[in-house]
Amino acid sequence: MRLGRAALVAGLCALVVVVVLGGLVAWLSVRGEDEVRSRAAGALPVADAAQVARGEYLARAGDCGGCHTERGGSAFAGGRAIETPFGNVYSSNLTPDAKTGLGAWSPDDFWRALHHGRSRDGRFLYPVFPYPNYTRVDRSDADAMFAYLQGLPAVVRPNRTQALGFPFDTQVALAVWRALYFRPAAHHDDPARSAEWNRGAYLVEGLGHCNACHSARNALGATSGTLDLQGGLIPVQNWYAPSLASPREAGVAGWPPTEIVRLLKTGVAKQGFVMGPMSEVVGKGAQYLSDADAAAMAAYLQSLPAPRESDDRAPAARSPGERGAKLYHDHCTACHGEAGRGVPGAYPALAGSRAVTMRSTTNLVHIVLEGGFPPTTAGNPRPFGMPPFANVLHDHEVADLLSFVRASWGNSAPSVSALDVGRARNGSDR
Amino acid sequence: MRSRRRHAAAGAAAAVLACSVAAPIEAAPFEDTMAQRVLACTGCHGRQGRAAPDGFYPRIAGKPAGYLYNQLLNFRDARRHYALMNGLLAPLDDAYLREIAAHFASLEIPYPPPAATALGDAERASAARLVTEGDAKRHVPPCIACHGKAMTGTAPFVPGLLGLPRDYLNAQLGAWREDKRRAQSPDCMSRVAKAIAPEEISAISAWLAAQPVPADARAASTFAAPLPFECGGVANAGTASPLSPGAASGPTR
Repeated sequence: MRLGRAALVAGLCALVVVVVLGGLVAWLSVRGEDEVRSRAAGALPVADAAQVARGEYLARAGDCGGCHTERGGSAFAGGRAIETPFGNVYSSNLTPDAKTGLGAWSPDDFWRALHHGRSRDGRFLYPVFPYPNYTRVDRSDADAMFAYLQGLPAVVRPNRTQALGFPFDTQVALAVWRALYFRPAAHHDDPARSAEWNRGAYLVEGLGHCNACHSARNALGATSGTLDLQGGLIPVQNWYAPSLASPREAGVAGWPPTEIVRLLKTGVAKQGFVMGPMSEVVGKGAQYLSDADAAAMAAYLQSLPAPRESDDRAPAARSPGERGAKLYHDHCTACHGEAGRGVPGAYPALAGSRAVTMRSTTNLVHIVLEGGFPPTTAGNPRPFGMPPFANVLHDHEVADLLSFVRASWGNSAPSVSALDVGRARNGSDR
Repeated sequence: MRSRRRHAAAGAAAAVLACSVAAPIEAAPFEDTMAQRVLACTGCHGRQGRAAPDGFYPRIAGKPAGYLYNQLLNFRDARRHYALMNGLLAPLDDAYLREIAAHFASLEIPYPPPAATALGDAERASAARLVTEGDAKRHVPPCIACHGKAMTGTAPFVPGLLGLPRDYLNAQLGAWREDKRRAQSPDCMSRVAKAIAPEEISAISAWLAAQPVPADARAASTFAAPLPFECGGVANAGTASPLSPGAASGPTR
């Protein structure tokens, strides 16, 4: 009898705990949310050509079409698989089709998706859609993008069911994730900084969603905040998005601002080229930035404080190695030159290149195995390309070659092992 | 070991020869040319194509410009699947792909002698019949109806069938049969490949690979007769094609 009562009390307590925790998660996951006042579909009645044009500009600057367009598919009609460690998330149809796209959405609905990460029907959206960044986009920009999207040709393309494993495919999991990691926010100008810097901060932290790649993610796929640009490995793709603060990686504090703008808008600068996922970002998005916005982003990026980095790096390879030197001579000198100096505007210099010497070597392996082009842009319409060597060099040869490059012409970085190469090769779809 | 022949009069052709990554190359002064820009292509496709552990890289030099352009679009837009090609072309726009296609189409490089056939008489006769006459009963048109009487293609969209290795031809026809290779819709080659048997594909590939390339390897400039059926890859310019203007056009970005 007493045992029964104790069990009852314990049960009640457990129930209370569950209810309180559940309520807390529910509250935390929707905190600060604005009320959806209007369900009237379509763009705002005041939508005019200037607003639509601004919306198009912003949608490009944020590279919305990059994820929301399937390869070879209709623009903004969604369907592209975004690979995550939790499974594939398929982007949704943003065209104004009433059944399969945003045709039935109101500006309030769109604002809630961007600012709060909730769909029209109230479902929590997957944070693959970077609403922890987009929550900083202001209402007038959101309305402009919505007006632009509503003016696109409607494409009938039903959204694909997400392919996520349990429990990541549940709304409960998303509620917990949001309770832990998401809070609606707004950009507030820092009065101590210039208008240009503040514009840059607004773009980098919000619409540009730079840290969606350029910061590390924890086991639940969360970054430590939109201010973190300390670099991170892009899951599944296995490209390393270098730190935008570190002078050893892709920090630009020491660059002339014009070169940062050039890199963003053309994909090539004196100091380096964009490759891999960043080639797509520049080609589909950043190249369309206005000079003023690109300069604003540059000003903000230049102000990022350099992290305190200890000098505990592994020692450089003892000697560049004869095998690597021979491979370099046979395969690389025609373009990159015997002294690794490259050709400005065509072939990147390898001597003194941070892309060559930084700690993570996964990008180097990708570039050697798969080759690549910087994007075609108005400022660089006919880019030079790097041939793939996946079917030419064995893993140990790529390792010897890269170890040589990392330890030659003043470069002094640790060697690369065949195991490193093999890991990257298996991650790449060859 | 191939050596670099920079000063050859046929500069572009020589560049293709020189730029194979399979062979050591010596340092050379930088030239701002199309050949330099497309080293990423010639590394594998080289002079006459080459075999690699994962398949065969076909010759691209001298193929019709429209055909090459369509294939570049097909790879970029994932209608054709080969990871290295899909990745390389992803950041490139239509205008540059058109220029790359025109560059390779302009190269005139001699063809190697054909490989010997290992076909029986009956197989050889059946393959030759399908290529030159087709099979009306099964609605299979002859290859030469589109690819030209000399089988050197029809400019600018239809490629030649000669001077290609048997394995490459086999793989392409097989891929069309299995929907692994696709073209712009309507996909006429898919329809053809599905209408013939795998043994016939194999015989046709062997037969084609054994034919010598004529001295004038250039593609025909017009079709001799209206095409047997609509072809999305042929329709988008309306230049050489007698097809209706309603046919599907190439994709735009």
